[in-house]
Amino acid sequence: MDIFLQQILNGLLLGSIYALVALGYTMVYGILGLINFAHGDIVMIGALVALSVVTALGTSMPVMLVLLIATATAVAVCVALGLIIERTAYRPLRRAPRLAPLITAIGVSILIQYSAALVWGKQYMSLPEIVKPGKIEFGGAQITTTQAFIFVLACAIMAALLWFVKTSRMGRAMRATEQNPDVAGLMGVDTTRVIAFTFALGASIGAIAGVMVVLYYGQGHYFMGFMVGLKAFTAAVLGGIGNIPGAMLGGLLLGLIESLAAGYMGDITGGVFGSNYRDVYAFIVLVLVLMLRPSGLMGVSSGDRA
Amino acid sequence: MPPLLEVRGLKVAYGGINAVKGIDLDVGAGELVALIGANGAGKTTTLKALAGLLKPAAGSVRYDGHDVTGTPAFELVRRGLALVPEGRGVFARLTVAENLAMGAYIRDDKAAIAADCEHAYATFPRLAERRSQLAGTLSGGEQQMLAIARALMCKPRLLLLDEPSMGLAPIVVQKIFETIRAVAREGVTLLLIEQNARLALQTCDRGYVMESGLITLSGEAKALLDNPDVRRAYLGE
Ligand SMILES: Nc1ncnc2c1ncn2[C@@H]1O[C@H](COP(=O)(O)OP(=O)(O)OP(=O)(O)O)[C@@H](O)[C@H]1O
Ligand SMILES: [Mg+2]
Repeated sequence: MDIFLQQILNGLLLGSIYALVALGYTMVYGILGLINFAHGDIVMIGALVALSVVTALGTSMPVMLVLLIATATAVAVCVALGLIIERTAYRPLRRAPRLAPLITAIGVSILIQYSAALVWGKQYMSLPEIVKPGKIEFGGAQITTTQAFIFVLACAIMAALLWFVKTSRMGRAMRATEQNPDVAGLMGVDTTRVIAFTFALGASIGAIAGVMVVLYYGQGHYFMGFMVGLKAFTAAVLGGIGNIPGAMLGGLLLGLIESLAAGYMGDITGGVFGSNYRDVYAFIVLVLVLMLRPSGLMGVSSGDRA
Repeated sequence: MPPLLEVRGLKVAYGGINAVKGIDLDVGAGELVALIGANGAGKTTTLKALAGLLKPAAGSVRYDGHDVTGTPAFELVRRGLALVPEGRGVFARLTVAENLAMGAYIRDDKAAIAADCEHAYATFPRLAERRSQLAGTLSGGEQQMLAIARALMCKPRLLLLDEPSMGLAPIVVQKIFETIRAVAREGVTLLLIEQNARLALQTCDRGYVMESGLITLSGEAKALLDNPDVRRAYLGE
């Protein structure tokens, strides 16, 4: 078995999920200048809703149909949640000093976590064995069909989002609102609606990412959004927060870094940093980016935001 | 017939600072009206309030027979009231073509929009050459052309222009004012702020002079050009 290629594949797969979550951070930051710390918890809600639906439906229907219903339910719940959060927590603070929405975001995050703990309990929830994935051999490495499906779907969502933002009327309105909300208003853009739409879009992609996390790890937990969120936030910062292609690049890179570091740091350091340290690397990356290149790989430095 | 725009007792404040302290102003359909005054007189503030970017503290704004006091900008533009803001406000990281498309955001007649785009490019050939360039990379004059062309894309009935000649070479100023006159001939009503008082009063039918948040003089443009106070204060004589 080719370990190197295997780590690359694992990294890309994990990275594609990080990228999807990172998009939610970056789109909201782009349009509001706000770090929506509750986004990771929206992903968690998506994951737990999907787990509940799959558990309830079990094998009463074809697997693909079960997954489709689970994903659709997760998306619906998360979009509603994203819109409620925007409306009640952030919109009233739109003209407040920047610290206020930031603290609110942390509060919302905690509120969602403990509400989830009330609804689903604090124990881990496991994905019932409804899928029996096949294996795909790949030049000495191996991935499951489920993993291949996750990766292809994640890439398709990213491509569709790029196309949407680049060419659609709403996409153009999002970019205009991001650059200058007052002038966007002068063009006839209802910026309040565009901002709400951006939250909904980020939440729906986050919900799908939540389902992917469940499929990947086979379990979910009320606190899982914290780690997923922090890693995706790191990915967004790495790519340049506010930059959509940057979030995609940052997600994939972070997945690769984490996977390769987890695979090799143990050998390099003579077993001191084994693969159980894998969550550390994301934060090392975060600190390094903030120190060396705070605007990220593809970000615009704050000076030329007109 | 009542004027297209009718402003009564308009007051606008920034926190505790009163920038506009109660002004009356009328613009009739088809008129070309100038608003002149020294720096900090409150001209930009007035236009922003008329366009719905600032909420008036007091007074009323009637447009096209309706009370539109406090109506947000995105609704006013749907009724044909557009503003070219001070400092142009082009979307720097959108291309020239995308900026024009934003100007036509409220329309969905694709063929007519395309025709109007071509018309804009014919008026400003510099923009045509640069249509896929990011607007932030345009020169100041080119950005001003783009800002005006973009505002015209929404087919306004009343166009508010905030210092269209700011920072431009004389030849470009000529071009901009030619365009303004052409737009007026097509029946668009214009209210324009201008530092170059002579050019503004020579171009317009009527004028208002603003000082420290109040309108101190108004009348036919020709009469203002001959007014000794105006000549001393704004025409450098
Ligand atoms: N955002 C703001 N906050 C506080 N005060 C402001 C703000 N914008 C303008 N002012 C004040 O309001 C007054 C009027 O400003 P305004 O921009 O309307 O002037 P103006 O007539 O357009 O001047 P200029 O010819 O220099 O553009 C000024 O005293 C200015 O300092
Ligand atoms: Mg001004």
